[in-house]
Amino acid sequence: MNRLTLIRLGVIVAFFGLLEILCRTGVISPFTMIPPSEMAIELWALIVSGEVARGMRQTLGNVAVACILAITVGFAVGAGVHALPRLRRALDPFLTTYYAVPFFVFYPLLVFIFGMNNFPMIMIGFLFAVVAMIINTLNGLDKIPRVYRKVARMHHMGRAKTALLIELPYAIPNLFTGVKLAVAYSFIGVIAAEFILAPGGLGYAISFAYDNFDNETMYALMLFILVLVTIINMSLHAYEQRLLRRQGR
Amino acid sequence: MAGTQTAYSRKDHERAERLRYFGDVALVIVGIVVVWQILHMLAGDVAISSPLATAIRAGELLGSASFWPHAAETAKALVYALIIALLIGIGVGTWLGAHKLSGAVAEPILVALYSLPKITLYPLILLVFGLGIEAKIAFGAIHGVIPVTIFTMNAVKNINRVFLRSARVMKLTAMQTATRILLPATMPEIVSGLRVGFSLTLLGVVIGELFSSHRGMGFLVMRAIGLHDVSTMMAVTLILAVAAVAISSILLYIDNRLHRRV
Repeated sequence: MNRLTLIRLGVIVAFFGLLEILCRTGVISPFTMIPPSEMAIELWALIVSGEVARGMRQTLGNVAVACILAITVGFAVGAGVHALPRLRRALDPFLTTYYAVPFFVFYPLLVFIFGMNNFPMIMIGFLFAVVAMIINTLNGLDKIPRVYRKVARMHHMGRAKTALLIELPYAIPNLFTGVKLAVAYSFIGVIAAEFILAPGGLGYAISFAYDNFDNETMYALMLFILVLVTIINMSLHAYEQRLLRRQGR
Repeated sequence: MAGTQTAYSRKDHERAERLRYFGDVALVIVGIVVVWQILHMLAGDVAISSPLATAIRAGELLGSASFWPHAAETAKALVYALIIALLIGIGVGTWLGAHKLSGAVAEPILVALYSLPKITLYPLILLVFGLGIEAKIAFGAIHGVIPVTIFTMNAVKNINRVFLRSARVMKLTAMQTATRILLPATMPEIVSGLRVGFSLTLLGVVIGELFSSHRGMGFLVMRAIGLHDVSTMMAVTLILAVAAVAISSILLYIDNRLHRRV
């Protein structure tokens, strides 16, 4: 393990240690926050009892659907728009200001139209994630040096062959950045939606525990989501960095 | 003579190009409205109000006295949250950018925090700050502070060393170095951070208002849902979206100009 990772680990341990001390000594009251060690114990109990698994299945299922939809649609739209420069230029201001719109205000509307089921949550996750995929697809295709396309022409490659052998491999690191963001944004979208209004899922369970002053369950579930999402995001991030390094960028 | 002629024709050409561009953008907006109208005709008034009806309702809201306190509440929370995010973000970002080891240790942690669903922390914020505007401000600020920190850190890290050396040669004090050298050199990136930070802060504030709140634009949306008042719900959403896009576009314009200048 290198030195940086060790220091980083130290910082994180120190942070939780400090929280633990502040909670144990009563500087942070137990009505505000329970000590991290108790969160972990409580979380273990929830996992053993199978209570977490039910919420997790629903949340992860929705995230997976939203994410796969966002990646496929985002890639298709990105590739399509890239082929039409005039449309692309007209869309650019909308793409760059897209994330300025606080998307969750549409969520109540979606619940209203489609009812209280998984569909509105998937839609929010999808809407939140898809544009990141579109932007990164465009970025990836933009970055292909002209000389690569010239090489393709010199070898008399057709459109499909150029796309498959030249453009796609070159764009993969950027496409993967899109995938990484799509995963992170789907999580944010789905969990936030569950939080606001939902029939179930981890976000709903937290909001339910909050309403019932059940701090133990609430903090255990919070810890669970934060750890789970961090592990997923960081693995994707590490893989992305490896892809970028391999291309020497 | 020939030279001026080509200059004229190039100018004309540029103007025609720009006209075509704005025409295309207008077409996209028309396209969005048309799709909206079609959705309205498919789903009916109970689910989606028509673009015209929504615009009229938005006009009524903007003219009514009861709307403005809610808009002011959201704006106030947003401004405070942004100020906090900027102060902390620029401060911490400068430190992480200037001190190499701290930066290297912190960067992956910042990336991890950036993509976290921070909504899970909202109950904690509510328990700490109570159910008032403070909770919304804090929640907005934790959304906005991370991009500002990341952008500032990168700007300070990548600053041209010659600038700093010339500051030392001219014997500038630390304060002078900060205001005359560091700030102007990092300004474009800080504005980029502000642009991303603005979007996320607004998102944080609005999510805060959708959940356990009694004032603000988000609350208006939730109340309209409770009353099955579709046109009000969509009108408030429209006002919020248009305002967000307008502010973001202005920031984008400044951002692009600053980046071109350097």
